[in-house]
Amino acid sequence: MTQTNPTNDPSYRLFQQRVGALRRARIAETWLTITVIVLLFIVSAVWTDFSPEKIAAGIPRIGEYFGKLFSIEPKRGAPPISVLAWPHVFGGVKEPQSILYWFYRIDIYATLLWQTVQMAILATVMGFTAAFVLCFPATGTLLPLRPVVFAVRRLLEILRTIPQVVLAFIFVWPFGIGPLAGILAIGIHTTGALGKLFAELNENADQRAVEGIRSVGGSWLAQMRYGVVPQVLPGFFSYGLLRFEINVRSSTIIGFVGAGGIGAELKRVIGFNIYEEVSAMVILILLMVVALDVTSEKIRHRFIVGRGA
Amino acid sequence: MSSIRLADIGPAEIAAEKRRAPLAFGLSPRAQALRWAIWAGIAGYLLYLHWLFDFSRVFTGLERLWVIVRLMIDWTGFSGWDHTELILSMLETVAMAYLGSMLAVVIAVPLGFMGARNIVPQPIFRFFTRRLFDGMRGIDQLIWALVFVRAVGLGPIAGILAICVADTGVLAKLFAEAIENIDRRQLEGVTSTGAGKVSALRFGVLPQILPVMISQTLYQIESNSREATILGLVGAGGIGLRLSERIQINAWDQVAYVIVLVLITVAVIDNLSRLLRMRLIGTPSLRG
Repeated sequence: MTQTNPTNDPSYRLFQQRVGALRRARIAETWLTITVIVLLFIVSAVWTDFSPEKIAAGIPRIGEYFGKLFSIEPKRGAPPISVLAWPHVFGGVKEPQSILYWFYRIDIYATLLWQTVQMAILATVMGFTAAFVLCFPATGTLLPLRPVVFAVRRLLEILRTIPQVVLAFIFVWPFGIGPLAGILAIGIHTTGALGKLFAELNENADQRAVEGIRSVGGSWLAQMRYGVVPQVLPGFFSYGLLRFEINVRSSTIIGFVGAGGIGAELKRVIGFNIYEEVSAMVILILLMVVALDVTSEKIRHRFIVGRGA
Repeated sequence: MSSIRLADIGPAEIAAEKRRAPLAFGLSPRAQALRWAIWAGIAGYLLYLHWLFDFSRVFTGLERLWVIVRLMIDWTGFSGWDHTELILSMLETVAMAYLGSMLAVVIAVPLGFMGARNIVPQPIFRFFTRRLFDGMRGIDQLIWALVFVRAVGLGPIAGILAICVADTGVLAKLFAEAIENIDRRQLEGVTSTGAGKVSALRFGVLPQILPVMISQTLYQIESNSREATILGLVGAGGIGLRLSERIQINAWDQVAYVIVLVLITVAVIDNLSRLLRMRLIGTPSLRG
């Protein structure tokens, strides 16, 4: 067996050259990417006045603010004390540093939270219904009319791209301040978002059932009703519930522009610097969102197992 | 076994069969009643909601909405609008989204490692880091923006901080999950060749988590440039401030113009990010 030195082989040297060139190109590209990212960062920082001095000046104030959120003044002008203290935790409404003292307006919060959830439910139902109607003409595999499919798809795209808070702000003018504007705004956004997801589910539906209905003379509506809907409905409900979770979050903030729910009250207490109420409300909102997420996740797993989204 | 012919089956046979196997002929009366009760309950509940929110106002409002829409599509004053201000604010919004997301990435990478089970086996510590992510994520960006406006004053810095905090929660959770899901075999393979800790991290872990990180970061920049347009509504800088001014003075034509600007910007950023994702990790969509 003869042992040749591979480095003398011309093809091996060519190989080495190619690998070297590719590696150098790759390294150059990586550095270029990093440079662009950093440059963009610096340009953005200068543009938005995001200077290190301002941040350094801001950080203590942020810390101070968050500290204040969890402190109360038991009497006007008295030095602030922490919002909870162990010996008083289970005391009555009148006793500072107890849970009841902190959440003394819980009845009002509860009413507003209830309204917020109802807003989310109604908006989800509205959006789900509209998306259900629109998703079939938005599916190219089910409807051979290309212009219609294109038009409906663009419509759904526009509906979901306009930020819903902006939409709510606009709707406050014709529909008045209150939950109605918020519900319509969230409902419209939901239509756009769900319509796209539903159309994707329709695309993946098995065509054989549709062909079966068509072969016995079923109309287009019958083909959709008996060929597609039974296949896709569990997926629709799963997406609908997921959207409900998102809508609950949206309806907590939509009140910032006067469109109902707990947001208006939250904006008021933040604006008037009623610190302990800010923390109390945020904690309640968080608890509600987490509780609804967990419930809806449980229900979703019953509809579809394994489809993470 | 005798064969059954269609002509032999009359009403009597059907009735007999119905007595023998009632469930084969549809739901029992009780199940049917239950089903109707459920539907009636849902309908009643929806009616209650319509009453609660005074839904009939939609129809009286439609007329006024139509007035607004007509004003929105009338762009005859186009040349007189302050285009420079609007476009600069739009760019400021994009810059805010970029800065906020990038800062969030810088903070989320170490936090993600701290929240991953295979890096930090200590369950109590991990429980608290995970709850911290949940808290940051569970509070909406707009609430963070309001809070930061109170803390650091009006302007884009409050918006950047709001984006950064809300995003850190999202990204840290996703990064932690990506780190938890790495394939140990690749890491063991690198270690078995005698590589040190740094090389093991560089060649065993990084190639597995980097695509996820890049993809998620791009997605966050995309969704943040959408979200950041509304931060200005509470005074946190960007196009939202201009938009809210124009809504308040009922300059509906300019409102429509700003919305169109936002839609164009979002579309451009979406496409850019898709191209970048293709270039960097070879898959066009998030879940590739």
